[in-house]
Amino acid sequence: MAYGSHTTEDRARMLRTIGVGSVDDLFADIPASLRSSGLDLPAPESEAELSTRLLRLAERNRVDLISFLGAGAYRHFTPPVVDQLLLRGEFYTAYTPYQPEISQGTLQTIYEYQSLMAELTGLDVVSASHYDGATATAEAALMTCRATRRERVLVSAGVHPHYRETLRTYFGGTSLVADEIPLVTDGPAAGTTDMIALERMFADPELPVAGVVVANPSFLGLLEPMAEIGRLAHGAGALFVSVVEPVSLAVLATPGEYGADIAAGDGQPLGIPLAYGGPYLGILACREALVRGIPGRLVGMTADVDGRRAFVMTLRAREQDIRREKASSNICTNQALCALAASIYLAALGPHGLRDVAALGAARAAELETALAAAGAPRLHSGPYLNEFAVRVPNAKAIHSRLIGRGILAGLLLARVLPDDPSLADSLLVCATEVTTPEDIGVFGAALGEELIGAAGRAGAGRVRAGRGRAAGRQHGSGPSDVAGPGSTAQPGGAAR
Amino acid sequence: MTVAGDRLGPTIFERSRPGRGGGKVPHPPKDALARIPAGYLRAEGPRLPEVSEPELTRHYVNLSQLNYAVDTGFYPLGSCTMKYNPKIDEWAARLTGFAALHPLVPDALSQGTLQLLWELEAALAEIGGMKAVTLQPAAGAQGELTGILMVRAYHRSRGDADRTEVLVPDSAHGTNPATASMAGFRTVSIPSAPDGGVDVEAFRSALGPRTAAVMITNPSTLGLFEARLCELLDAVHEAGALAYMDGANLNAIMGRFKPGEAGFDVMHINVHKTFSTPHGGGGPGAGPVGVGEKLLPFLPSPRVLRSLDGSYRLEEPGERPASIGRVRAFVGNTGVLVRAYAYIRAHGAAGLCEVSEDAVLAANYLKARLSDVLDVPFSRPCMHEFVASSATLKLQTGIRTLDVAKRLIDYGFHPPTVYFPLTVEEALLIEPTETESIETLDAFVEALRGIVAEAHTDPEILQSAPHGSPVRRLDETMAARQPNLRWKAMTGSLAPCPD
Repeated sequence: MAYGSHTTEDRARMLRTIGVGSVDDLFADIPASLRSSGLDLPAPESEAELSTRLLRLAERNRVDLISFLGAGAYRHFTPPVVDQLLLRGEFYTAYTPYQPEISQGTLQTIYEYQSLMAELTGLDVVSASHYDGATATAEAALMTCRATRRERVLVSAGVHPHYRETLRTYFGGTSLVADEIPLVTDGPAAGTTDMIALERMFADPELPVAGVVVANPSFLGLLEPMAEIGRLAHGAGALFVSVVEPVSLAVLATPGEYGADIAAGDGQPLGIPLAYGGPYLGILACREALVRGIPGRLVGMTADVDGRRAFVMTLRAREQDIRREKASSNICTNQALCALAASIYLAALGPHGLRDVAALGAARAAELETALAAAGAPRLHSGPYLNEFAVRVPNAKAIHSRLIGRGILAGLLLARVLPDDPSLADSLLVCATEVTTPEDIGVFGAALGEELIGAAGRAGAGRVRAGRGRAAGRQHGSGPSDVAGPGSTAQPGGAAR
Repeated sequence: MTVAGDRLGPTIFERSRPGRGGGKVPHPPKDALARIPAGYLRAEGPRLPEVSEPELTRHYVNLSQLNYAVDTGFYPLGSCTMKYNPKIDEWAARLTGFAALHPLVPDALSQGTLQLLWELEAALAEIGGMKAVTLQPAAGAQGELTGILMVRAYHRSRGDADRTEVLVPDSAHGTNPATASMAGFRTVSIPSAPDGGVDVEAFRSALGPRTAAVMITNPSTLGLFEARLCELLDAVHEAGALAYMDGANLNAIMGRFKPGEAGFDVMHINVHKTFSTPHGGGGPGAGPVGVGEKLLPFLPSPRVLRSLDGSYRLEEPGERPASIGRVRAFVGNTGVLVRAYAYIRAHGAAGLCEVSEDAVLAANYLKARLSDVLDVPFSRPCMHEFVASSATLKLQTGIRTLDVAKRLIDYGFHPPTVYFPLTVEEALLIEPTETESIETLDAFVEALRGIVAEAHTDPEILQSAPHGSPVRRLDETMAARQPNLRWKAMTGSLAPCPD
């Protein structure tokens, strides 16, 4: 076996000590009728063979495009010191700090994580972390119901659609109700949470509202009037949950400042790789008054018998291993190593570095807006944004696909995740971060301009070239042939960074 | 309180000095935020610590050295399967093609990862004897929730809304009853039989038209294979309920018992246990869920699908309306799943069977060798772990399991899981795993033998243990009465960017 330590002789000695003739005797408790016929799996591979297999699989992914894709997961520069420290076996091969005397490393780093996130969010209490932003948001919504003993949560349609879907899944096992607050459809506030609709939703005396959940920036990148929404929520006796993106909190008003009771979000932008969706970091923070209702682990400072400062898991009476069916959640572990990554990232960047990351992303996004507008793709909304926004692109699906052929990942085709919203039918959600360069923006703008002119020309001439037409007309992602064709190999400008 | 003591250091906040650090990212133009109305901006910058990279590195390396870990020693933490974490798996997860892949790219750009996930689902389905597997759940507990939400959807789809109860044996992990509550069910706790197994008669009398599911951990949390499983599963299905298997202890049975074949309808798998993805100090893990035919339509969306031309894709929104929906934002803890995939390919069928055999062999060896040291309440062969107890020792000396555990730290070992399962007095749940050498197992036996001797001759040294750890026993009452959950004296700079 690849990682076992037993020799044939060791095994024989162990069997003798146990007093059985063969290892089969140890499995005698498995009823004969339930014994399986063995495993039908590929043969073992040496590390040399396995490494080749893994390299080939990794190379089948395309990560060489110039990317403007965000939508809940963001490309950032991670200082190499972060991963070097994560590779300490003492961190990553330990488990939950059940024995605090020999787990002070993990415990102190979680305490520091809680402190850093409290500072970023402006709130008092931060859990040791949840699975991701979506589950943290769902847990936040459940918290509001427990705290208010009410059963209805209002969720803005500006919250990430996958978060809303996760919240509905979590609510699916309960009698709780999640209603959606629509977005303003036109005018200067278009795309933000509709506060008139929200006020109307509070009016139902039969179903008082436990919590109001709003994201800032919203899924569409827009900044929301958080303080006003918070006042409305509190006026109705509801708690206010803010869904946040942590890098933005270097510059944007904090949940603490605008009166949120709970903040949830995904810590992935803080030095955690994109890794096709996980593992990420569910941030969950709340005001002091809610501390005994927050789900998930908490680490506190205390002292040992000699008076030395030390850290320990605390307020454990909320948790499943003690409270069983009465626990505040079934969550058992946290995402400790991801929380550690975020802490190291924040300490490596420091206050100025994190602000630079946020502000440089904002600056690049403004350049991107100008370049795309010049190419014929204006913004869809007019309200303020930080570093992500939606643009209207005629025939967006075909253009998005053709740009991939030119080595550009032109953000997210909004119709792919929000197919039921006609206002988003021909639009892309694009973002810029500190790793977006002016050259990338220039390449994107120029290519988009050419494609839009080309598309207009082709439409005017009333003909569609067979090859391109087929690629454009197919369902998104139906196979690798989507991007096959002359333009599909990496462009020089799209080299990996 | 002091921060003295040779091995403890300051917090990262105490290391902060204005002006330290920098050089990581370029500066933005001064007017970068001018287009955003002031009301949307934060009044003062966050007071993050300012530390130089050398200070930062020492801070975290020194902290790491306060931890006990699999890479530093024997970690027989029962029910957690603390086996060795192969280094090639760490390398694999960090390959740029995997690590830099955005979760929302069109499927044509993610064929490598989709293929890996598809093959991993197939391998886990084969190991579990299940029809299909979802890789979405982020942890075992979330796998449980996913499974029980599918059970709920199944009964609802049949118009069977009266099934409001989930039966759970009293030896179960706390996540089982907590999961049932979260999924809107009432937990009915069933006492164990005297031999440690499920009490089939007690289950029979509790089963009925209100039962939605029975959650069974097999092998049980006592490390025993449920010998009366056939009867139990028959009774569950006769009652119209579904059988959930908590796969926490899968490490014992690979290739010898497939839960799906035996009649379980749904199970979760902890890849951070059986498939050796690192525990990370408490996560991240992953908790894939396997299902049989009945639950297939309800699997979370999106699933990974293979097309006729051999390419892979994710389900489109709404493609499978009966799905319980997403249980998280994206498709799974892919970075963790790459490691599990590598582990399974390295071992193959023969290797995985050997993993289970060696894990069971090591546990029975330790059990045999410890039987004259501590109480071993169940004499039949154990699976990959077994329960010992210091109940007799307590009667004789007043020494508790907690004291034994803390003294083990002085001997250089991580203590086993203690006071779990709740059904055994003064329990120590010991799981050696297959990756520990016989020399390590022998040394652990000798340590426990020494500790039991000390309990008779020098009990105080146990009661005050540990002595050689970075800190000694902690004041947990103070931590809970006056919670200090964050550093309040932040000193990081509030000043605007220096240039």
